[in-house]
Amino acid sequence: MQSSVRQMIKDKKEKNQSRAKFMEKLVPGLLLLCAIISVLTTLGIVFTLIVETITFFNRVSIIEFFTNKDWYPFFGDNPDYGIWPLISGTLMITGIAMLVAIPLGLAAAIYLSEYASDSVRRIIKPILEVLAGIPTIVYGFFALTFVTPVLQNIIPSLPIFNALSPGIVVGIMIIPMVASLSEDAMSSVPNAIREGALGLGATRFEVAVKVVLPAALSGIIASFVLAISRAIGETMIVTVAGGATPKLTLDVTESIQTMTSYIVQVSLGDAGYGTTIYYSIYAVGMTLFLFTLIMNLIAQYISRRFREEY
Amino acid sequence: MKTVMDEKKVVKAPRSEEQIKEKDSVYSIQNFNLWYGKDQALKDIKFEIPEKQVTAIIGPSGCGKSTFIKALNRMVEMVPIVKMSGDINYRGKNIFENKYKVEDLRTKVGMVFQKPNPFPKSIYENVVYGPKIHGIKNKKVLDEIVEKSLKGAALWEEVKDRLSENAYGLSGGQQQRLCIARCLAIEPDVILMDEPTSALDPISTLKVEELVQELKKDFSIIIVTHNMQQAARISDKTAFFLNGEVVEFSDTNQLFSNPTDKRTEDYITGRFG
Repeated sequence: MQSSVRQMIKDKKEKNQSRAKFMEKLVPGLLLLCAIISVLTTLGIVFTLIVETITFFNRVSIIEFFTNKDWYPFFGDNPDYGIWPLISGTLMITGIAMLVAIPLGLAAAIYLSEYASDSVRRIIKPILEVLAGIPTIVYGFFALTFVTPVLQNIIPSLPIFNALSPGIVVGIMIIPMVASLSEDAMSSVPNAIREGALGLGATRFEVAVKVVLPAALSGIIASFVLAISRAIGETMIVTVAGGATPKLTLDVTESIQTMTSYIVQVSLGDAGYGTTIYYSIYAVGMTLFLFTLIMNLIAQYISRRFREEY
Repeated sequence: MKTVMDEKKVVKAPRSEEQIKEKDSVYSIQNFNLWYGKDQALKDIKFEIPEKQVTAIIGPSGCGKSTFIKALNRMVEMVPIVKMSGDINYRGKNIFENKYKVEDLRTKVGMVFQKPNPFPKSIYENVVYGPKIHGIKNKKVLDEIVEKSLKGAALWEEVKDRLSENAYGLSGGQQQRLCIARCLAIEPDVILMDEPTSALDPISTLKVEELVQELKKDFSIIIVTHNMQQAARISDKTAFFLNGEVVEFSDTNQLFSNPTDKRTEDYITGRFG
């Protein structure tokens, strides 16, 4: 019996040898191709962005782009192309969002990793992750039709389109991201370290804040930075509820425009192919891309640099 | 391993009068039972743990000795399904009473764990963690505490020039002594040690054992150990646990030379376990 099995294996091998060899060579090639597609796409996007951005800067000087304080591209004969109003709108939304998301997300993470029982965690974590799966357009309408009226009750002078409402809602949207990633970082701190602190008479809160939080700091900060980058790139919520008034302001009750919502506005509008306005969205897109790229690089650097070995 | 043990036997001095003399008890355990869910892990435990002596707890794996020592500072409550009955009195007060604050208990009863578990911070920060959470902030006082505690744990000479370095750069044995220093820093009354040398090499084990001998001048020490020779070397009293029960509790000398229970004899002569 033994020898016959051996024989069967040998026969099979000989029969399939050429095909097996071919597959062995083909499979890595196919897999490589799949891997390359995403790299090529990224390169393609960056390439398009750069080429069109250069076209734009041939028509509008880069100095004006960064020094002009007005962004009025639709002003017929005398348009203004100063990026700052769009940047300030974007940063204001991001700032409000982080003010909402960091405390709430971190508190949720501390609760989930340090206090919640297994059964509670098993219920809450999936719900948090559902929150992350809601389409952003839904959040946009939530901001416009629920949050803004509520805020108007508190601040009667608040216009329908303002920075505050979408900022808060973007914050709510990224809470799950902060909570989930921070919770992962805190849960991976070994229990032995918690026991060590509890054994010294520390309360659970002291353990959470003075031992677990510092030990998980790199992961927590990385979650903040990723959340910031997500807030910068957020489009639908700010387009629906933030208005379309590019304004260099720090007043959260005013209508503003972010980089993303400007791109949406132009893409949907009737700016013809080849016009300066058409090319301007690439310059704005490039600026946006640089912002999020820098944020992601910072996140990577932080999680490598501040990793506490335990 | 063998050479270290032999050496130790030669070095070991005969027991002084003072050690044999009866002392006050720090813990008095009365009819204590503990269950993990439906499994009873400790059955009707009852004995007194003396002050300023080393009490060893020995027994085969799964006999409940770690569970028992974790009950002494209520660390066992970290397991959600645990249920208990009976009393553990620490200095005359039942630690399971509602108004007994578990943080107060753990401030007086320090613990050294099986695996060294320093915080991922500097050596200095590890030692001052306890004093800091209990409100000591004066830098000069903290510096003194660090020196005293590290000297107390016989680690000062090795680390005094690199107090700001991360504790994870120390060897396993040094880390364990750092954990002992961390525990000494809040000047506890009792030190619980849960197999403190099981993750250490023989040389480090010897150092920790010598340290235990030093520490018992000021502290009451309760040590769980797998290693019977270790119990014989360093303890004054020994409790032998089997299947969640205390089979025998007496002076270490007596328990090892003249056990009263057949099961103790079988265990210490290596017939099982």
